[in-house]
Amino acid sequence: MSRWVSFGCAILLLSLFLHASFSALEYQWNWESALRYKKKFADGWIATLWISALSLFFAFLIGSLVTLCNRVRFLPVRYLSMIYVELTRGTPLLVQIFFFFYVVADAAGIQNRYVVGIAIMAIFSGAYISEILRAGIEGVGESQLLSAKAIGFTEYQTFRYVILPQALRSSLPALAGQTANLIKDSSLLSVIAISEFTLNAQEVNAITYSSFESFFPLAFGYLILTLPIMRLSRSIENRLRFET
Amino acid sequence: MKLELESVVKTYGTQRALDSLDLTIEDTMCIALIGPSGGGKSTTLRLLAGLESPTSGTIRIDGNEIAHEYWQLREYRQRVGVVFQAFNLFPHFDAITNIALPLEKVHGYSRGKSLEKAGMLLDQFQLTNHRFKKPAELSGGQSQRVAIARAIAPDPDIVFLDEPTSALDPEMTAEVLEAIETLIESKKKLLIATHQMGFAKHAADTVAIIAEGKLVEVGNSSQVIDYPRTARAQKFLKAYLKF
Repeated sequence: MSRWVSFGCAILLLSLFLHASFSALEYQWNWESALRYKKKFADGWIATLWISALSLFFAFLIGSLVTLCNRVRFLPVRYLSMIYVELTRGTPLLVQIFFFFYVVADAAGIQNRYVVGIAIMAIFSGAYISEILRAGIEGVGESQLLSAKAIGFTEYQTFRYVILPQALRSSLPALAGQTANLIKDSSLLSVIAISEFTLNAQEVNAITYSSFESFFPLAFGYLILTLPIMRLSRSIENRLRFET
Repeated sequence: MKLELESVVKTYGTQRALDSLDLTIEDTMCIALIGPSGGGKSTTLRLLAGLESPTSGTIRIDGNEIAHEYWQLREYRQRVGVVFQAFNLFPHFDAITNIALPLEKVHGYSRGKSLEKAGMLLDQFQLTNHRFKKPAELSGGQSQRVAIARAIAPDPDIVFLDEPTSALDPEMTAEVLEAIETLIESKKKLLIATHQMGFAKHAADTVAIIAEGKLVEVGNSSQVIDYPRTARAQKFLKAYLKF
């Protein structure tokens, strides 16, 4: 009970702060005109959901592949995956979006901007996912590997039955966090005119001459997606802590 | 069993864990390796179990030299069992899967047969009620008994036990030593690195003292422990009797 009261207090404080800020601004709310475009919000939100889900799927494929490439004995492959991870994590997503859209996609003759957008998000997130998986794999203790060796497992069996299940488990919280990031980061795809949630909100913004009447629903729409994922990540983390 | 180690050297970086170790033991069922920590017992055991290869020297068990080549070494490892000080069970599998999975994946048992055998072994070590528990839910003594069951499940030629009770309190130590005794009674060939002098004396036929990477003394267990001949062995055993 007291938890809910405390939570309510926190929300109240936050609301007061927002209210004070907007009052000082003498902001004229005009929800009516913005709400007339609720279908546009809904369409954008669903587009973001699809783009995120597909990107996430391919990001996992890329991330896993790169993690495997990191373990390959052939050095050029290893360097290639290392360069990919460092470049992707070290440069702004915005630059990558422009580069892939105007240079790579154009050269490859890909017309569909949604395909390009999903590819960009998958490549971007794949680098982070591969790092998360790598950390998970390296976190599997030496004693586990010794045990697998003593049992007579092959390298493949060791990976399949000993390393992978433990690495995935310990990576789960970070992977959930990365999923939330991917959803938020996909908002940048609005710069290449992909009609997802953020772009649609911006359009409503422009049509109705409102600003926060479209930005607040935008933030809320992302929260609906990211909050459950972050809660999930937290609860997995807690459960893992009790298990070990 | 017959063990022959000839001028075996094992180095880790600049550290010499085994410094030209010579050791021959014949006609024995249970061997105990004793000696100070860091003296080379565990290294010797790991080399014998095929978990590592010596830097130089040869090791023969029952007349056969342990190979260095990957596939032969893996084949050798399948024929021996190893129990570790820290149990090294797989934390994501329950007790019965820890035992059954190697049987199924390495030794070609069907899933049903592997579970049946694992269940029998758990019964044998009084772990029937713990079969579906994960290692984190088991006590140290229970974990170590599961690890022993896992090691003996494929009927290995020899079982190597690397300080199996060093991480346990006296009660759990007794639990695990009793389990090991049942192996000795069933005529399993064992090699155990241990700090339990009493156990080494009454359970092992042969005791070898290893210190500073060399063999100090080897012989009949009660003789070596009660009447050590060398000064180094006397010093080591005196330290045990003192406290």
